[in-house]
Amino acid sequence: MNLTLKIWRQKNSKEEGKLVTYQVDGISKEMSFLEMFDVLNERLVAKNEEPIAFDHDCREGICGMCSMHINGRPHGPWTRTTVCQLHMRAFEDGETIVIEPWRAKGFPVIKDLMVDRSAFDRIMAAGGFVSVNTGNAQDANCLPVPKADADESFSAAACIGCGACVASCKNSSAMLFVSAKVSQMALLPQGKVERKDRVMNMVKQMDVEGFGNCTNTGSCESVCPKGISLHHIARMNREYLLANITE
Amino acid sequence: MTKLNSKIPDGPLETKWTKYKSTVPLVNPSNKRNIEIIVVGSGLAGASAAASLAELGYKVKCFCFQDSPRRAHSIAAQGGINAAKNYQNDGDSVYRLFYDTIKGGDYRAREGNVHRLAEVSSAIIDQCVAQGVPFAREYGGYLDNRSFGGTQVQRTFYAAGQTGQQLLLGAYSALSRQIGKGSVEMHTRHEMLDVVIIDGKARGIIARDLISGKLERHFGHAVLLCTGGYGNVFYLSTNAMGCNATAIWKAHKKGAFFGNPCYTQIHPTCIPVAGDHQSKLTLMSESLRNDGRIWVPKKQGEARKANEIPEDERDYYLERRYPAFGNLVPRDVASRAAKERCDAGYGVGVSKMAVYLDFAFAYERYGKTKANQLGLHTASGAEILKLGKAEVAEKYGNLFEMYEKITGENPYEVPMRIYPAAHYVMGGLWVDYDLMTTVPGMYALGEANFSDHGANRLGASALMQGLADGYFVIPYTIGTYLSQDIRTKAISTDHEAFAETEKKIQEQIDRLMNIKGARSVDHFHKRLGKIMWDKCGMARNEKGLAEAIGEIKALREEFWKDVRIPGGQNELNAELEKAIRVADFLELGELMCKDALHRKESCGGHFREEYQTEEGEAKRDDDNFTYAAAWEFKNVGEWELNKEDLNYQVVHPSQRSYK
Repeated sequence: MNLTLKIWRQKNSKEEGKLVTYQVDGISKEMSFLEMFDVLNERLVAKNEEPIAFDHDCREGICGMCSMHINGRPHGPWTRTTVCQLHMRAFEDGETIVIEPWRAKGFPVIKDLMVDRSAFDRIMAAGGFVSVNTGNAQDANCLPVPKADADESFSAAACIGCGACVASCKNSSAMLFVSAKVSQMALLPQGKVERKDRVMNMVKQMDVEGFGNCTNTGSCESVCPKGISLHHIARMNREYLLANITE
Repeated sequence: MTKLNSKIPDGPLETKWTKYKSTVPLVNPSNKRNIEIIVVGSGLAGASAAASLAELGYKVKCFCFQDSPRRAHSIAAQGGINAAKNYQNDGDSVYRLFYDTIKGGDYRAREGNVHRLAEVSSAIIDQCVAQGVPFAREYGGYLDNRSFGGTQVQRTFYAAGQTGQQLLLGAYSALSRQIGKGSVEMHTRHEMLDVVIIDGKARGIIARDLISGKLERHFGHAVLLCTGGYGNVFYLSTNAMGCNATAIWKAHKKGAFFGNPCYTQIHPTCIPVAGDHQSKLTLMSESLRNDGRIWVPKKQGEARKANEIPEDERDYYLERRYPAFGNLVPRDVASRAAKERCDAGYGVGVSKMAVYLDFAFAYERYGKTKANQLGLHTASGAEILKLGKAEVAEKYGNLFEMYEKITGENPYEVPMRIYPAAHYVMGGLWVDYDLMTTVPGMYALGEANFSDHGANRLGASALMQGLADGYFVIPYTIGTYLSQDIRTKAISTDHEAFAETEKKIQEQIDRLMNIKGARSVDHFHKRLGKIMWDKCGMARNEKGLAEAIGEIKALREEFWKDVRIPGGQNELNAELEKAIRVADFLELGELMCKDALHRKESCGGHFREEYQTEEGEAKRDDDNFTYAAAWEFKNVGEWELNKEDLNYQVVHPSQRSYK
C-alpha cells in the first residue's frame, strides 16, 4: 500500500505545531497501525530526521497508552479498538490519513502526538479507591455480590484510561472516565461506604482540571475502545445528586 | 566458600514464615516517618509495595517510565491469579499449591520461599476483593474459579481475560490513595538509569526525566526494584515495547548477583508471527486451554482448511502424549510439544509454524448445559451452538475480539492458530528470603527477582507472586534491614557518590549520542533478538550457545560504533531511551547464553537438546545442578559463578511427569 500521511508535528509544549505530509510506500495490510509508524520512523532515522513521538507500550489494547486522533476519530475507524490494535486492513491503497494528538484543554501536548494525561491520575487520587489498608480484609467470600452487579461493575472497571472519551467530546468532558470508576465502586458493597465522598471529590477534581460537562451526545461511548456505556454517566449523576441532597 | 546466604529461617517449613513474622524487628511509627524508600516500577509488585509501605508510614518515592502508574505491563496479564482457597472443595490446600509450584518449576526453586508464597496467596484475594476488584462470580454471588496448566484443582481467580488489569487497577487505586495523601511522591515518565551506593549500601538512584532529558538524583534509605522481566531481549515477545532490563542490569553491575538468567518462559499460546514488520507478539491466555483443544493434522503438509479436516484425521497431540493433564500441561511442556510437531512438518497456516486451538467442543458442551438451564431440552444443534458461543464469549470474549483484530479471522468460526513466544523470565536478581539482593538495602520484587518459580512458572502464578511480594512480604522483611538504619539521616544528593554516579551516566549518554552511526537502535535489537531466539530460545545446544556468545559480543561492538540516535539528549527522545535499554540487553544476552551453556542439564524452560529422555522430555541432573546459579559481575563479558545449593526437605525431586 502507498499512503499519504498528514501528521501533527510539535517540538514541545511551548512551540506551535503543524501538520507535516509524509509519503509512505510498501505498507502491508497485515501491519498494525503503529507498525506502520515504526516503518515510517525507521525511514526518518535513516534520513537523519527526528522520528515522530507517540505514546505506546503494550500494543495489545490494554495499557491505554496509545492515543492518536485518526481522520477525526480517536483510535481510528474501527469500533472498540485502540490504535495499537488497528490494522492497515482498515485503509485503502492511496488513501490520505490525517493523524493528530488528543485535543483537550485537560490534555496539553508534550511533543508531536504525545499528550499529558496526568489529570486522570489526579482525579483518581481524589477518590478513585476504597480506603482499605493492606491486611484489613475479611475472607473474600464473606460478602456475596449478585452476579449481575459484579458483571456490571466489571464492565465499568474495564476502562483503560486512554482518554479517547475526552478527545471525542465537543465539551472535552471526562464524564465517561470518571463515571466508570464511580460506577464500578458504587455497585459493589465494598465501595458503598465512601460512595458520597468519592463522587463529590472526583467530580470536583474533574472540574479543577478543566474538563467540560456532559451534554449526552454519546460520542464518548462510540469511540471507547472498551465499550464503556453511557449508563455509567447516568449512574454517576444519580450518585452525585444523592450525595448533594443528603450532604 | 559461597558468598550467598539465603537466610531461610530455621524450623519446619510450615512455621517458618509465621515465626519470622512474629520475631522480625520492628520500626516504630515515628522512625518510619523519617525513613525514605524508593520504589522503581509501578506494576503489581511496585504499586502494591509502594502503597503498603506508605500505609505503614514510610516516606515513599515511586518511579515509572510510562505516563501513569496504571500502565505497567502487569495490566496485560489475562488469565488469572492462583490462591489456595479451596472454594471449589476439590482438595486444594497451601501444601498442594506449594507442591504444584515446586514441581512446576522442575525442582529448581527454594522450598521456603515457595511455601510462603502459597501461605499468603489467600490473603491476596481477600485484599483485592476489599479494594473493589470485580472478580468473576457465580450466580450465588460467590467467587468463581477456573483451571490453569500444571494443576488438577481449580484455584485460579479471574476477571474475564483481564485479570491483570483489574488487579493492577486495584493496586493503582491503593497507590493513588497514598499519592493523594502525599505519602507517596510519584514520578511518572522517569526512568531509573543507575543505583547509588554509599558505604556498600544502596542509597538512591539516578533517574532521567524522559520529557526534559534531565538527570535527577534521589535518595532513599532503601531501594526496591520492581521493574519486571527482560523478555524483550528476544525483541519479539509478549512484553510491552518499553519493558526493559536496565534497572536490574545496572544494579547487577553495581554488585547484585544475577540468578538463573537462562530460565526463560516461552508461552505456548500466542498469535504467530505474521511478517518482518512484526513489533510484538500477542498472548492468547492460557485459560483458553481450559476449553480449547490443541491439534495438528495427522498428515504432514496438510493443505485442507481446519474445518475440512475430519475428526479422525486430527492429532490432539497433548492429549495423546499427556493423558493425565492433557491440554493443561505446564507451559514449557506445551511449547516444546508444539515446536516438535511443527519442526516435524505438521504445522498449519501459511508459515506452517502454528498449531490449532479449537473451541468447537466447548461450544457444544456449554451450549448443552445452558440449554438445560433454560429448559430447552429439544434445542437444535444450531441453537446449542449459538448458546455455547455466547457462554464462551462471556468467559473469553475480549481475547476472541483481539484475535480477530490482529489476524482478520473470526475465531468463533475457525480454530485459532497459535505458536509459542517469549513471555516471562524466571531468572532475575538473586534475592534472599527477605527479597534483598546481594547489595544491602537493595531489594528486588516480582518478576525482577529470581526467587519463586524455579525453572518454569505455572500459569496465574506471576500475579500471585508480584502481589505477595508487594502486599505481604516486603512490609515485614524490610523491617529487618531498616530497624538497623533508624539512625541514618537522609543523605544529601550533593554527596560525591551521587555526583560520581550521575557523571558516569552522563558519559554513557554522551557517548551514545556522539556515535552518529548509520543503523537504528531497532536494527540492532532485532538482530540480537534473532540470535537469542534461534540459539537461546526453546531449544539450546552447546554449539549454538557458544556461537551466540561470539555473535553477541561482535554485535555489541558494532552497536557502539554504528548506532544512530537522531535528536538531542535534553529533550524527549524515544530513540535515546531505546538505545540505553538495548545497550544493556546486549550485555545481558551474553550472560543468558553463558548460563545456558554452563547448565548441562534440561530443566523446565531450559531445554538443552543434549539432555533429554528417550521420549523427548527434559532430563535433569540433580547430582550436579541442584543449585541456583548466581552470577557476579566482574567486567563486561566477564562473570564469576556462585552457587546456592537447593536443599529439599519436604518435596523429593523426581522425574516430572504429566502423563
